[in-house]
Amino acid sequence: MSGFFDIPSDLQHSWWGLIGLHLREALLPVLAGLLLALPLGQLCVRVRWLYAPVLWVTTVLYAIPSLAFFVVLIDYTGQTELTVMIPLTVYSLVVLVPAIVDAVRSVPQETLAAATAMGFGPVRRYLQVQLPIAVPAIIAGLRVATVSSISLVSVGTLIGNQGALGNLLHDATIYNRPELAWNAVITMAVLAMLADAVLVLVRVLLTPWMPSGAGRRTTPRTAGTRPVPAEPALKDAAR
Amino acid sequence: MAVDRLSLEIPDRSITVLVGPSGCGKTTTLRMINRMVEPTEGTILIDGVDSRQQPVNILRRSMGYVIQNAGLFQHRTIIDNIATVPRLLGWSKDKSRARARELMERVGLDAALAKRYPYQLSGGQQQRVGVARALAADPPVLLMDEPFSAVDPVVRKGLQDELLRIQEELGKTIVFVTHDIDEAVKIGTMVAVLRTGGRLAQFAPPAELLSSPADAFVEDFLGADRGIRRLSFFSSAGLDLLTAPIVAVDATAEQIAARADAGAPYLLVTDVDGKPLGWSEPGRLTAGRIDRGQLLSHGRPFVAGQESLRAALDCAVLSPTGWAVAVDGEGRAAGVVSQQAIGEAIRGAHEDSVGPAKVLR
Ligand SMILES: Nc1ncnc2c1ncn2[C@@H]1O[C@H](COP(=O)(O)OP(=O)(O)OP(=O)(O)O)[C@@H](O)[C@H]1O
Ligand SMILES: [Mg+2]
Repeated sequence: MSGFFDIPSDLQHSWWGLIGLHLREALLPVLAGLLLALPLGQLCVRVRWLYAPVLWVTTVLYAIPSLAFFVVLIDYTGQTELTVMIPLTVYSLVVLVPAIVDAVRSVPQETLAAATAMGFGPVRRYLQVQLPIAVPAIIAGLRVATVSSISLVSVGTLIGNQGALGNLLHDATIYNRPELAWNAVITMAVLAMLADAVLVLVRVLLTPWMPSGAGRRTTPRTAGTRPVPAEPALKDAAR
Repeated sequence: MAVDRLSLEIPDRSITVLVGPSGCGKTTTLRMINRMVEPTEGTILIDGVDSRQQPVNILRRSMGYVIQNAGLFQHRTIIDNIATVPRLLGWSKDKSRARARELMERVGLDAALAKRYPYQLSGGQQQRVGVARALAADPPVLLMDEPFSAVDPVVRKGLQDELLRIQEELGKTIVFVTHDIDEAVKIGTMVAVLRTGGRLAQFAPPAELLSSPADAFVEDFLGADRGIRRLSFFSSAGLDLLTAPIVAVDATAEQIAARADAGAPYLLVTDVDGKPLGWSEPGRLTAGRIDRGQLLSHGRPFVAGQESLRAALDCAVLSPTGWAVAVDGEGRAAGVVSQQAIGEAIRGAHEDSVGPAKVLR
């Protein structure tokens, strides 16, 4: 009987190697999702009627099973990490776009009016006023997206050993080593909690201006901290 | 239409107040001045030049803007909030902050607050930051939209006094929106009363507004105690103050006896420095043994010459004896005056001011 941390050689990585791989496959898509969602969200705020269709599209994309994405993508990107990360990026949008739209919209009107009255141009106003005030709500969205992405990476197993820690689940069945499954589940859970803690820390560091203890809760004075609904994370169970 | 054919000439270096019922277009008028709302027709001239001649953000940086709840940037420290417009104008960080510190002092903010964030300040302090921020780049024009309406009456009075003091020093051209007629009368050099649709009902100095409202709308808006309020514009300097009914706490029996028939039913007792202690009937005073606890309260005194007839009348009405106590700048009793005497002074003042006005019409 092999040990808890003895990783089968077919995975070509140590346990630490799998962790690094897993984080890369989980976090790069969230980052890419954020870079896409920021302009998309701003567009939806500016052009009000766009928001409903954009939201609809992200939801529909979220409903497409990852296997379907792989079937299409594999012709172009092969059995690579990229094939896993593209659908994960798309999935993150379902959380990040509404989070950013809500975040930007929740900046108090009077603050924006004050900025305009003082002679801020639209770009400067977005970068120096709207975005910084939206940071707490954006990070709330990032937390959900990150945790869900960490659990979703496992689907990479479907295209042959691209699931990082998720591959251990597959190996657990073929080698009949249940402890590998435990290893995968526990490690992913710990990674998710650590990533979440890091994001909370980033939020605290970026927002010294928030009343302490207000955290993710909406208070009258800091309306920019509405928590993002967590249903998408729950739906991951289906994958 | 929010504001229809409003024509207003705002005098330089003075406070012009726009007042009117909710939704009458005060905010819209103010926002047209800095072009946050563009008029569909008509022009706005600033020093004779059309405001559309210069780029909109340049125009806005030359006008301070203060709103209710201050509209501070919650993500910036107090000092950086105040330094906003200087930074936009391209001043260096150090110069902007030095300027911001200077303004904090000017508006009466403790320098220790510089590094705090807006949520750590009281409403009144935030409002001061709002005023400081608007003044930061020394703009010639200041637009204020109900800046003091979200704070309690005591703090509001303090802020109004502060604004008047700052205005005395800086001489800005201020357009001030409020729906509080008392505030308008207190701080306005000129008051424009608007009716719904942004139409001008009357544009006059506050004293004239109170003495001769243009029509029923204005009269109604000024409220029931217009007459009392108008007294704020009459000085108490002309009152005949009686000094005879005043005795010091260490007065001799002869002194008390001499003052007992000085023409007042009560005597005002002062301490040895001349500060009022309270009223007493002459018969109840025994030389050398005046008990301060037995005296009737003298209420709030008014400062002779400095405060208005309104303050004097208020003191007399509140006094248990019906007589008001006048004090000098140091709080020493300067004299006493009866309700009756104040009433005569009011009649005299009305004749002086209303007389010529009637002739003019
Ligand atoms: N952005 C807007 N678009 C269209 N109409 C507006 C807008 N803002 C205000 N109005 C309308 O213009 C009218 C005047 O509004 P304004 O805000 O100038 O009133 P106000 O005198 O400042 O009132 P208040 O004392 O309540 O602040 C109102 O009838 C209002 O409904
Ligand atoms: Mg208004």
